[in-house]
Amino acid sequence: MIYDFLFKITDSNIIASIIQSLLPLFIFILPFALFAVWLERKVSAHMQDRLGPMRVGYHGALQTIADILKLVQKEDIIPNEADKPLFNIAPVLVFIGSYAVFAAIPFSGAFIGSNIDLGIIFIIAASGFVVAGILMAGWASNNKYSLLGAMRSAAQIISYEIPTVLVVLTIIMITGTTNLQTLSEMQTGHFWNWMILGGPKFGIAKFIFIPFMIINFIIIYISTLAEVNRTPFDIPEAESELVSGYHTEYSGMKFAMFFLAEYANMFAVSAIVTALFFGGYQSPVGYVGNLFGIHWLIPIEQFFWFTAKGIFFVFVQMWLRWTLPRLRVDQLMTACWKYLIPIAFVNLIIIGLITVL
Amino acid sequence: MLTEFGKIFIFMLVAAFFVVVAVIAAKFIRPARPTHEKQLTYECGEDTIGTPWVKFNIRFYVVALIFLIFDVEVVLLIPWALVYKQFGLGGFLVGAIFLILLGLGMAYEWRKGDLEWVKAKVIPPTLKSVIDSDGSPKKIAV
Repeated sequence: MIYDFLFKITDSNIIASIIQSLLPLFIFILPFALFAVWLERKVSAHMQDRLGPMRVGYHGALQTIADILKLVQKEDIIPNEADKPLFNIAPVLVFIGSYAVFAAIPFSGAFIGSNIDLGIIFIIAASGFVVAGILMAGWASNNKYSLLGAMRSAAQIISYEIPTVLVVLTIIMITGTTNLQTLSEMQTGHFWNWMILGGPKFGIAKFIFIPFMIINFIIIYISTLAEVNRTPFDIPEAESELVSGYHTEYSGMKFAMFFLAEYANMFAVSAIVTALFFGGYQSPVGYVGNLFGIHWLIPIEQFFWFTAKGIFFVFVQMWLRWTLPRLRVDQLMTACWKYLIPIAFVNLIIIGLITVL
Repeated sequence: MLTEFGKIFIFMLVAAFFVVVAVIAAKFIRPARPTHEKQLTYECGEDTIGTPWVKFNIRFYVVALIFLIFDVEVVLLIPWALVYKQFGLGGFLVGAIFLILLGLGMAYEWRKGDLEWVKAKVIPPTLKSVIDSDGSPKKIAV
């Protein structure tokens, strides 16, 4: 465990955990955001038969760094009409909400920010924190587009939280734990032990679970997509009607923070899906470290597998963005309340029945 | 000794610290030349009419209310989901009855049209709809 190692070096709880909480930010989120912004532009370009950024670096690889340098130099404009204190607090709140999620995500067997027993419940609660920041940003901007975007975003995030939680509940019922580390350790071995293929216990129940787990996965993927405001659920920032939604009035570094939080959220929800259904940090085929008896290699391999799975789901999010058209606000609510929630409800009862019988 | 939740608190502090430092650090680099036009509310170049801080669509409030019911339900169900297997079929039935009651509540909301984003408009009867085409007055329940 990295925390124990840091504790041994620094001999202080506080310093060890401060260093530990800086790790995901600098080793993971910032490089990931750099990569994901570039990937998003490349994916969208290639899906439309364009080339995308090509000038800065090899195939535009340094484009995001150039963008950041530009954003740092941009003037920070606060409109006269805005509610200034709230306007300044909002990006902090949004980023706190999306970064707190990373505290409970198990990146590998050796690194989990905080191994709380309530892991998955905490993640859902922390992602609800973002709603407060978004509403605050929309309200403080004193702009009609911002407020509309923020209201839609809040309604959407809280609505789609319910199918997410119902699916998480079925996982809790099957595994009997809410600790993400334990959950990942349970799915060890090969890919047939993953929750999407019925979980680690071998028996008849495992095979009956499979179709329901696939339905569960589809429900949670759709609803997490809506929770991070990605297309086809991006009406909070529908460019053609609302300019840019709740961050219309933000510029410069504060805008960059909203952007960073958005990309961090994209990975966070992919990580939740990975941890719940696709074995977390477990390798699908076994470890090279075990093969050669090099034990320090295993956590690194686990980190690699976790990142690879997470980035795959981020890629699918980008893919969907260029495949599906945007939903209207009434269609969005219909999709959640009339389709996802009833299906998740029935699924919950059926899975409960299977586990008891 | 730092608890696991203490570590999460430090995560949150670090996040807040990061944003504040980034914004302040950028302050030394970026220009600050505010003009009147820059600081206007951005609404497509037109002068802003009125304030957005007005009464908002009631639908958002209804969504929040329904969400609240379901959220409380989930909080009740999580402890149940962790232990119901110890009580066998009986333990499951307790939760299932609760779930079915909630499902009935949801069906009621659905039937009442509270899940509809755009509600069907109530059309008040006009003279034309009250009188039949042949001119004889229709009997309408009051």
